[in-house]
Formats: sequence, C-alpha cells, structure tokens
Amino acid sequence: MTEITPAPDTDLRPPRSQWLDVWDQFKTHRGALWGMGFFVVVLLAVTIGPYLWTIEAQFIDIRARNQGPSFAHPFGTDQLGRDTLSRVLAGGRVSLAVGITAMLLALGLGTLIGVIAGYFKKLDGPLMRFTDLFLALPLLPLLLVIIMLFRDTLRAAVGPETGIFILIVLIIGITSWMQTARIVRGDVLALKEREFVLASYSIGTPARRMILRHVLPNVLSPIMVSATLGIANAIITESALSFLGLGFPSDFPTWGRLLFDSTDYLQQYPERVLWPGLAISLTVLSVNYIGDGLRDALDPRIRGR
Amino acid sequence: MKIRTLTLSAVAAMAIAPSAHAERGSSGHVNIIYWQAPSTLNPYLSGGTKELESSSLVLEPLARYNEKGAMVPWLAESVPTVENGGVSADLTTITWKLKPGLKWSDDTPVTSADVVFSWKYCTHPEGGCAQNEKYNDVKSVEALDDLTVKVTFGLSKPFPYGPFVGAQSPILQAKQFADCLGAKAPECTEANFGPIGTGPFTVKEFRPNDVISFEANQNYRDPAKPAFATATLKGGGEATAAARSVLETGEFDYAWNMQLAPDVIKAMEAKGKGKVVAAFGTLVERIMINFTNPAPGLGAERATAKHPHPILSDITVRKALSMAIDRKLLVEIGYGSAGRPTCNVLPAPEIYKSSANNACLVQDVEGAKKLLEETGWKAGADGVRAKDGMRLSLLYQTSTNAVRQDFQALIKQWWKEIGVEIELRNIDASVFFGSDPGSPDTFQKFFADVEMYANNFDGTDPEAYMSNWSCKQAPRPETQWQGNNMPRYCSKEYDGLVAEMATTGDLNERARLAKAMNDKLMQDYAILPLVDRGRVSAHSNTLGGVVLNTWDSELWNVADWFRKK
Repeated sequence: MTEITPAPDTDLRPPRSQWLDVWDQFKTHRGALWGMGFFVVVLLAVTIGPYLWTIEAQFIDIRARNQGPSFAHPFGTDQLGRDTLSRVLAGGRVSLAVGITAMLLALGLGTLIGVIAGYFKKLDGPLMRFTDLFLALPLLPLLLVIIMLFRDTLRAAVGPETGIFILIVLIIGITSWMQTARIVRGDVLALKEREFVLASYSIGTPARRMILRHVLPNVLSPIMVSATLGIANAIITESALSFLGLGFPSDFPTWGRLLFDSTDYLQQYPERVLWPGLAISLTVLSVNYIGDGLRDALDPRIRGR
Repeated sequence: MKIRTLTLSAVAAMAIAPSAHAERGSSGHVNIIYWQAPSTLNPYLSGGTKELESSSLVLEPLARYNEKGAMVPWLAESVPTVENGGVSADLTTITWKLKPGLKWSDDTPVTSADVVFSWKYCTHPEGGCAQNEKYNDVKSVEALDDLTVKVTFGLSKPFPYGPFVGAQSPILQAKQFADCLGAKAPECTEANFGPIGTGPFTVKEFRPNDVISFEANQNYRDPAKPAFATATLKGGGEATAAARSVLETGEFDYAWNMQLAPDVIKAMEAKGKGKVVAAFGTLVERIMINFTNPAPGLGAERATAKHPHPILSDITVRKALSMAIDRKLLVEIGYGSAGRPTCNVLPAPEIYKSSANNACLVQDVEGAKKLLEETGWKAGADGVRAKDGMRLSLLYQTSTNAVRQDFQALIKQWWKEIGVEIELRNIDASVFFGSDPGSPDTFQKFFADVEMYANNFDGTDPEAYMSNWSCKQAPRPETQWQGNNMPRYCSKEYDGLVAEMATTGDLNERARLAKAMNDKLMQDYAILPLVDRGRVSAHSNTLGGVVLNTWDSELWNVADWFRKK
C-alpha cells in the first residue's frame, strides 16, 4: 500500500507569463502610469484630433490674427490668424512620427553596433573607431550635404513632405545612435564576464542564442533609457532643422517650428509659446517616466521586490 | 562778492543757453549702437555697412548724398556739373575743387595730393579694394593745383560721380597711408584702426569687433561742431537688444537698422524713451519669376535659357499671380511703418518713379481667376488649374526669416484661391545669398519657380541697377552662375533701352529711360514688386539733429547732432 498521493502544494501559483509580471511591476510605478496615460492621450489627440477639430492647420484667416483663447479658437490664433489648436495637433502628428521613427532607427543601429562590439572582441576596435568617427562628424555640414544631394531626388520620387520626412528620420537616426552604442557596449563587456554567461558558454551556447537569450534582456534597461532620451532628442533636432530651413516647408507645422515661430512674440503673446512648449516638454517627460517604469519592470533583480 | 559771482555766472549761463548746441563739445557724450560690430575703420578694406558707417564719423568724401538723394558738396566747394563747367562737355572729365583751409585732425592741410592718393590707394594693382567699382573706368586723377583735382575717364561717363562721392569712397590722408599701398594695405593696422580724417570725430581707441571711442576733432572746419565732446560706438549683439537699449532702457542714444516685427517695435516705442525713424530708399522686397525651366531632370541645362519655363512663360499666369497679391496687407503684417506697398522695382529717387503700374496696389482675386479661366487654365477636381496636362504647381523659395515665412504663407493662400498649388521652401540666408556656384540653393541658380528677396542699389543713379535685367546678365553655367538677372528675362527692346541709357547724359532723358525700363519689367510681370522697405533706426528722445539718410551713411550728419535739454 504505497499509494503516493502528491502532497498538496500550497506554494504553487497558476502559471503566469513573464509579461504579466512586467506589467504588475510597471503598475507600481505611479509616474510611469501617469506618463503612459498622458502619452496615449497625446497619441490619440494627434491621430484622431484633426478629424474632430476640423479647422485646417494651414488656413489663414487674416482678420482673426493675434487672438487670445476663445470658443472659436481655444488656444488662440497666431500672427497670420491660423488656429493654434489645429496647428498643435497637426504639428504633434509630425513631431511624434519623426521622434518615434528616428528613435527606433537610432536605437536599432546603436544596439546592433554596441552588442556586436561588446561581444566580439575582434570587432570591438574597428566598430568603436567607427563610432568615434561618427561622433566627430560635424552634424550641420553633414546635414547640408545630405539634404543638398538627395532632396530633389526624393522630392521627385515621393513628394516634398514624405521626402523630407524620410530624409529627416534617416539623418537623425544615423547621427544619434553613437551614445546608445557606447552604453550598450560597456554593459555587454561587463555582462560577458558574469558567471551565468560563462556557464552558458561552457555548455556550448552559440553566440546568436547567447546574445538574444542572455545579453539583450540584461542590457534592456540602458536601451530603454536611450530610447526615451532619443525621442526627445529627435523632436528637438527636427525643430532645429526646421529653424535652419532644412526641415519641412515653413508652413508645415511641427512642434519645433511652432515654438520657434512664437519666440519672436514672446513678450506680446507669451501664451503662444506655451502650447507647443508644453506639448514638447510634457511628451518628453511622459516618455521619460515610461522609460523609468519600464526599466524597473524589465529588470529581473528589481521585479517582485 | 558771492552775489556778484552768482549773477555773473547766471548772465553767462543765459548767454550760453540759447546756443546750447552751438559750441563744440557742449553736449557731452553720445552712445551709438550698431548690432553688427565694425572690424576696421578703413572703408576701402571692407564692403560691410557697419565699417562704412562707423568710419564716416572720421573720414569724409568730396560730396555726399543728403536724405533726399540729392548730392551736396562736403569737402568740395561745389558739385561739378556740365553747366558749371566742372564736367567736360564730352562727359570724360570731372574737376573737383576742395574747400580752402581744410585741415586733417593732426593739423596738417588737406590738399589735392590726398585725393589723388585715395584713388591710387584703392586702385593699386596688388591691393584688393572693396570699393573698386567706385573707380571704374577712371583713367587718371591729377592734381591741377593744391586744391583742384581732375578725374579723367577712359570713356564718356554720363554719371561721373563714382569716385570720391558717398561713404564708400572717402579721402584718406596720403601721409598716413603712404606705406600702406597694395598688398601692404591690410598690414597697416594702426592706420586702418585709427585713420586720420577730416570728419567731426577722431578715433581715441578702436577695439575690433567691439567698441570704438571717439573724441571731437579739434580741427573740424566748423568751430561750433560737433556738439558732442566724445562718442562711443558699440558694436555687436542683435537687433532686438539694440532696439531695447535705446527704446526701453535708454542706455544708448542711437541704434541702427531695426529689423523687427512691427508689433515688437511698437511695444518698445510705447515705453517713451526713444523714437523710431524710417526713411525710404530703393530697397524693394520682390518676387522674381523664373523664365527658365528648373526641373532637375534637365541636368546641366537646368534653369538656363535653353529650356523656357513650361508654365511661367505664359504672361497671363504671371499677371494672375500678381493680381492675387494684397500688398497693403503684406506691409501691415510684415513692416508696419517701415514699409509701403509698391508696384515698381525702381521706387526712388522721385524723378525715376513711374506711376504707370499702380493698378497692382489693389488685390483682384476674381479678376485673376477670370483671366486664368479665359486663357484655358481650367480648375481640376482638387482645385488646381491645369492646361494641356500642365498643372499650375510652383515651388516658391526664399531665405529663412520670420517675416519672409509669413509672407510665403499668406501668398500661398492667395495663390491657392486662384487655383495655383504652391510648395514653400526656405533656405538659410548665408547659403541663399552666398553666391557659391557649388550650391544648388543660391538665389542666382534659382532652382525654383518663383523666389522672393529684397534688393536695392547704391547711390542715386539707377543705370547699373536697371541694366541688371539685360539678357547678358542672366546667371548661367558659363558665368559660373554669377549675374543679376535672376528671372533670366531677355528682351531685345529692354536691352536697347539699357544701351541707350549708357550713352545719355541728360538727367531728364535718363529718368525717362529708367521709367520705361521699369514699366517694361512690370508690364511683362517678370518681377512682382511687393513692399518698398524703409530703413528703420531708433534714437533717444534726448538726441536731436538726427536725419535718417538711406542714400549715404546713416551717421552722415553726426556733426549736427546735439543733446536736447
């Protein structure tokens, strides 16, 4: 009579996916939740907003210029009588699209180069010198040359606005991956010496699997931080480009351009810099908080504490 | 005893009071701010306005232009003309006579040798003189006696007032610059930074790209002038700060060139410390129409006369574009009191101003639509007109500047109303005006359909300016893309007028020709003038005697400035 009845295991929890754990941890970060909420609201506003608020962003009503907030124009109008609300919405669409796409590009490039440089010793030297090269490149002359060379071709191929969009995203992407690469490389170098990596190496794990399974998840937090900073950086670079006349056409609203346009009127109409300024800073702040929360949530050492 | 002294001094004070500004140095100190800093005080070594104007406190020409654009004798006794015998009948020589008794600030006499030297200095074959064009066609300059100078031209010169007239070609002291000829010119730092002059002030200290301190010239020809004993010219900063220092804080007495939005200036002026003054010259903000095809597909032949523009070669389109613009509104938005609407590319001086084109002052959107409709430009489904498969779609470029971008947005909307699709482009000013033949974005290359900028001419004679639109002036690869005929306008009739003006000496006849050229350009709609822009400066309420002059240095009459009590 040796019937074995499994002892009821009181500690056994129903199986949970890893991402649910991440979400549980994320929820405990109040700032991250607010940030996420705000970011979603901004995303919705700029995607759906222009369908609800139907005044065209480029429409000039010269008699209604320099107006304060009213029911017809909740955010007021600018020096040519264009509605500021619709310009902020339309501008956000472009700025966020540029920010996110350029960030993804920079992040992809930076992570790839950083991980390869950190993991494969032979490639470390050449790749880091390559990074130095990019860091040493003067951004502005480079931009001038790139825009001069490709603007007309792209404009003819995909139209002025899409053409410039592709160019700007590419330019920002390929000129801002270096910091990410540096940080990632440093972390990878440190990780490589850790026991679990050595153990994994000793049982013959191939490099590809090692990187995807052990290295990448552990460098996710610095990547996340770079990503959040990257969005902010991309939005600001795009603004600077627009200001120099290298970006989108001048009547095509982006947050950066709205801000630059209204700095001339800072004394007379201070509220005019407020809207794009708030939009940029709050978006950047919310993205930073999301990054902060994600970093905590993704780090197995913090999670569950 | 005490009472006697008091009474005496009171009497003395009363005696002085009415002529408070009639004694040298009685007004104390004057502060001038130029938001671009002068780097030298030798105008022959710099083409910059800031250098020309700051040096005009010290160096003077034989004659200069007054605020109306008329010539007034300065170091010369009178302005030579054909009538008074100063200019020869064949228009090849001009004879200047210096005022007797003139002294340099170092107490040596001014002689005709100094005038001859100034010519030699600027035309030295080894030297790069920035004002070379002032001495164009001069064959020789001779001193006939101590006070008389004869300038001989290599050809008949209908307008012989290039050399020694205006702030660009003042008289240098031969003694001081004797060893500074040709290649050595830029090395004479002491002379270039502290020229000895005949003007109301002398240089006390010059700090390049920063501050210049001046003292009254004790040998100035009018013993009662200048009213100020000392002057400071501060350079650098930006226009807003300069305007604020005069209009809001009152730290400075005079600020040059206030390129600011009308609301901004108005708000500052409301503080009551200073006044904004505007004067109109020949600066016209205009839209240039490209008569050649800028399509990138044409390669090296892009924007050259080989390929006429597919849309803008049609005069009705050009005319409709002009009719759709509300010039008055543009002035109101962009320039306020510093601008006025114009329909002429040659708006001044008065005798050259045509009145034949004033219809453009009134916006006529309906008329423009009708005109396009009648000539076969039919609106498509998206509102853009088309004819024979050519859509009315244009690229509109200008330099990066807040006012210009506002103009672009406004004009784009008006043109959209008449069914023209516009793409805007703005280019950094240093690239746009940079004239670099390697860049595709210069205003000479004009790789766009229309472009907007402002231009003017030096002095008062429009001959060189109007010849800008002759066929041979078109920028093209053979000229390394240099030239002033941006629209690549080319008309035999126009070239004929240019040739005729080059040989006409009579002033009234010249005026008729200049007007005819202006009207031809306007009625062909090769250039769409928008705004006649004035020069705007600001001076403190306590500074008297300021007469803003767009034809010469703004500081041309600084000797007459005084402090209001």
